Amino acid sequence: MATAISLLLLVAVLGFAVVRPAGLPEATGAVPAAVLTVVTGLVPWRAALDELAGLGPTVGFLAAVLLLAYLADQAGVFRFAGAAAARWSGGSPRRLLGLVFVIAAAVTAALSLDATVVLLTPVVFATAATLSVRPKPHVYACNHLANSASLLLPVSNLTNLLAMSAAGLSFLGFAALMALPWLAVIAVEYVILSRFFADDLATPAHRPPVEPVPAPRFALAVLGVTLTGFAVASPVGIHPAWVALAGALALAVRLRIRVPTLLRRADPAFCLFVLALGVVVLGVSRGGFGRLVDRVAPQHADLLGLLLMAVLAAVLANLLNNLPATLMLLPLAAHSPGLVLAVLLGANIGPNLTYVGSLATLLWRQILHKSGHPPVTGEFLRLGALTVPACLIVGVASLWVSLRVSGL
Amino acid sequence: MWVAEGTWPACVDAVRPLAGDVTLLHVVDAATAAALSAPAGLLGRSVRADEGEFLLARAERELLDAAAARLGRDAEREVRRGRPEREVVAACAGVDLLVLARDGDRSRLGPRSLGHHTRFVVDHAPCQVLLVWPESTPGLGTLPPPPHHDQKR
Repeated sequence: MATAISLLLLVAVLGFAVVRPAGLPEATGAVPAAVLTVVTGLVPWRAALDELAGLGPTVGFLAAVLLLAYLADQAGVFRFAGAAAARWSGGSPRRLLGLVFVIAAAVTAALSLDATVVLLTPVVFATAATLSVRPKPHVYACNHLANSASLLLPVSNLTNLLAMSAAGLSFLGFAALMALPWLAVIAVEYVILSRFFADDLATPAHRPPVEPVPAPRFALAVLGVTLTGFAVASPVGIHPAWVALAGALALAVRLRIRVPTLLRRADPAFCLFVLALGVVVLGVSRGGFGRLVDRVAPQHADLLGLLLMAVLAAVLANLLNNLPATLMLLPLAAHSPGLVLAVLLGANIGPNLTYVGSLATLLWRQILHKSGHPPVTGEFLRLGALTVPACLIVGVASLWVSLRVSGL
Repeated sequence: MWVAEGTWPACVDAVRPLAGDVTLLHVVDAATAAALSAPAGLLGRSVRADEGEFLLARAERELLDAAAARLGRDAEREVRRGRPEREVVAACAGVDLLVLARDGDRSRLGPRSLGHHTRFVVDHAPCQVLLVWPESTPGLGTLPPPPHHDQKR
């Protein structure tokens, strides 16, 4: 019974977040569900508080990174990247794809997948349109890399932030182990995408005049210093959230952005949603479904164990969503950094199979066509079916190599 | 005339000397539109649904403006959305001539010079078809040798 209630609550929270009746923020559904989880005794209130306290710094970090990405956009970093890609591509669709891969991988790694999906993708589309290049391969590259290139740094994906604290890895330790899988997965994506879209990439190059955009030097410098700060801060005992906040404030002062705007852009409603989601998922983990997942989850970080964990995470990420999947699997993997990173491979790469998000999102979109969102096409699903298994296998194999080399 | 990104100038140049009314057809690929609306799948982030639509509409308008300017005379415009190959075939009902460009491997003569969508349109168009090379035409030397059994005979 408790299992059914907890699962029902999770489904209700996710359903609400996808449909968003009357445009209400996602937290409107998640917070009451979290309260219900505690009131019905699915989670003792003390455990719920512990969960909230554990998630707090992570969510703060997320808010600071969202803010940093928004301010970088305001400073013209993405416009500059688009103009640079246009110039260096010389109008060639294939070279533009290569440049988009480099930019999207860097943006995702440094500023999180949200920045790539929300801020970079429109710029890439506009760049392709200016060059009279077919935009599909480049837009798809952004979509895919937002997920699969979010492996490198803890800041790249909310799932990574959750995992870093669970596995007890430092910022640099995380990056060192994930560098090889990150590069390998991006290489796989490039090979598959450039073959899949060979027709669209073979059109002749045009060289329309591209207005040069001056480099936003201050913003780029702040981003560079902030990234270095992430690496330096952890060993000294400063939480990287403070570094991200300092970077964001430096940009905000320079751009003269007002405090109310800053608060809105840090997306407090989303942060509240993540906290509430954490409590609801805790209810599911403590119930029968959690025990089932526990029984299936591998215990050892050998090659097979890593692969099983990554596949399990990918399946859960598609069934539920990558956030609940990560929250549910992390406690089971926390004893081994290798398994935690395998969870991330699955939870970060897996969503490319259906959509940014999950099967639930996909189904809703197909059913609702709501607010004019175009439906997902078979082409998107075919591309996902090609890339995700290949990326998972290559990613897990290179993670295994990384772990062997580092002696973990 | 099918105005497709990357290959349309050659089509305009082929149409210019022809007499008759011209319709510039552009199709927004539903797959691109879906990929542009990806933020809607990001759980928990408030999303504006219309930004992708705005970008698509602006790009389409600019593309058709450029094609009309290169053509240099009045032309009707038709915009569709869906699977490009099927939309183009559907738009050809009641049309005398469809002008479109090759968009595959342009280094040699042969079937690979047609991309999948263009191949579908050429195979299914319910009208006459004028198929142009977007740039210079490959030389006869790129023609593959005849099959082995023919050479023996």
